[in-house]
Amino acid sequence: MNMHAPAKKYDAGVKDYRSTYWDPAYSPKDTDVLAVFKVIPQDGVPREEAAAAVAAESSTGTWTTVWTDLLTDLDHYKGRAYRIEDVPGQDEAFYAFIAYPADLFEEGSVVNVFTSIVGNVFGFKAVRSLRLEDVRFPIWFVKTCFGPPHGIQVERDKMDKYGRPLLGCTIKPKLGLSAKNYGRAVYEVLRGGLDFSKDDENVNSQPFMRWRDRFLFCQEAIDKAQAETGERKGHYMNVTAPTVEEMFKRAEFAKEIGTPIIMSDYLTIGWAAHNSLSKWCRDNGMLLHVHRAMHAVMDRNPNHGINFRVLTKLLRLLGGDHLHSGTVVGKLEGDRNATLGWINLMRDKFVKEDREMGVFFDQDWGSMPGVFPVASGGIHVWHMPALVSIFGNDSVLQFGGGTLGHPWGNAAGAAANRVALEACVQARNEGRELEKDGKDILMAAAKHSPELKSAMETWKEIKFEFDTVDKLDVQHR
Amino acid sequence: MSTIQDYPSRLSDPASRKMETFSYLPEMTKDQIRKQVEWIVTNGWNPAIEHTEPTNASGYYWYMWKLPMFGETDVDAILAELDECHAANPKHHVRLLGYDNFTQSQGANMVVYRGEMI
Repeated sequence: MNMHAPAKKYDAGVKDYRSTYWDPAYSPKDTDVLAVFKVIPQDGVPREEAAAAVAAESSTGTWTTVWTDLLTDLDHYKGRAYRIEDVPGQDEAFYAFIAYPADLFEEGSVVNVFTSIVGNVFGFKAVRSLRLEDVRFPIWFVKTCFGPPHGIQVERDKMDKYGRPLLGCTIKPKLGLSAKNYGRAVYEVLRGGLDFSKDDENVNSQPFMRWRDRFLFCQEAIDKAQAETGERKGHYMNVTAPTVEEMFKRAEFAKEIGTPIIMSDYLTIGWAAHNSLSKWCRDNGMLLHVHRAMHAVMDRNPNHGINFRVLTKLLRLLGGDHLHSGTVVGKLEGDRNATLGWINLMRDKFVKEDREMGVFFDQDWGSMPGVFPVASGGIHVWHMPALVSIFGNDSVLQFGGGTLGHPWGNAAGAAANRVALEACVQARNEGRELEKDGKDILMAAAKHSPELKSAMETWKEIKFEFDTVDKLDVQHR
Repeated sequence: MSTIQDYPSRLSDPASRKMETFSYLPEMTKDQIRKQVEWIVTNGWNPAIEHTEPTNASGYYWYMWKLPMFGETDVDAILAELDECHAANPKHHVRLLGYDNFTQSQGANMVVYRGEMI
């Protein structure tokens, strides 16, 4: 058992990466962190060499041999490129699968994993572009991460809402309202039937509306709407701030005034700050809504960056009770299958590899709670049937303009959305196909809701066919 | 453009109180209730019934009507329990739940009989 290979001699100079880091015979261990990159190599660089270079530069390697390599057992620590696959429909690109041994990473540190695997390698010369498509986190890592402060099931219990998606609305205009006028808009949407309203991502503490004033006015709006409707309500109070100390000061105040949910932007505040906030939320019984400002900087380019499914997994590990997912329908229409793929990654206990959904690895989440996906942006009542069908119950559907733009005001807009939502849920439960019968369902519901009728006249009817949303895309993009 | 209508909800009007899922729709007909019971049974959830005085509806805990009907898949038997609970508590809200023991949550929860709002 304790026999080792004979000691190596030091041989200075530059070696091919593939001689050390390309290992097609390697069979990944359950404890390995696995990653798949889409690689476009520089002209003349063979695939194996490019894949090995990525493995090396994202783990133990540097560009030349160093004598201190021999003081450790590099075979134990090195990342290995173990598989290469063609990218369907893209000749110059290929997928490189890389296995990283467990001992490369600090337990429970998402920051450490990503500093390592996307740290230096994205600027590396041998590759023209590089995109991290998926990461498989082994169960030991999942269990050492913190995870959502509460999760879907606990949030439903705390808010006392079951059997339907939750409804929200971002207050607009996002900038420029006074705190009192802003609180008015919050009160109106909550009394009209929404569960939540939301600060926009860049509403922090500007001169026109300081955070403390906003929190207090919004809290009165919540309290009165709860008393009026008998239902539990919340407003995502954005605690995103210039410093961590300031962020916690705002979070503490939100708790002091009895609000149920706060929000942050996990990419702009930084992952360590976010992880701390998430822990604070569990310790203080506060739900945490997570916005994703800046994500498109990383995930939009199909050839370079980080796919959102990775950013999704990362947030579930860091902790958050809600995360924006994209809508599939509406103005921010995204690829349906890819979106469904990361929605599953937010919510499910175990997600199986499914290439048509862009999921490259089985992912076991252990007992980590799920995150509510949030569909927000450019959607209105006519989209409701498709949204309920696509997202199912465990989701938050947020209509901003689709609530506030109602000709009779916010309360009527909120009521219209709530009636439409409940009509769709009721019809789905009765076995009807929402994406086909959507129009009939909404028309019937509008007969007893003048608010819904008016909303349906205000926004343009969309077609109810399966083909209106993105087709299932076999070719991975 | 239609004439702007006022939104009639009032703190002073008990009829403005809602009770979560389906409370923004008209009260369900017998046939509609049956279909919701079928939905619970189809999903393999455990049906349960709860009721409360309308004035206490906003609390987490309503009165449990007997015990959850674990493993009950007979839609008529579930409907009969709902009727029995309603007959015994005619002024109460009566709600139907579907306990999902895999998610440890409720897959469904809806008021099927509405008490008078005072």
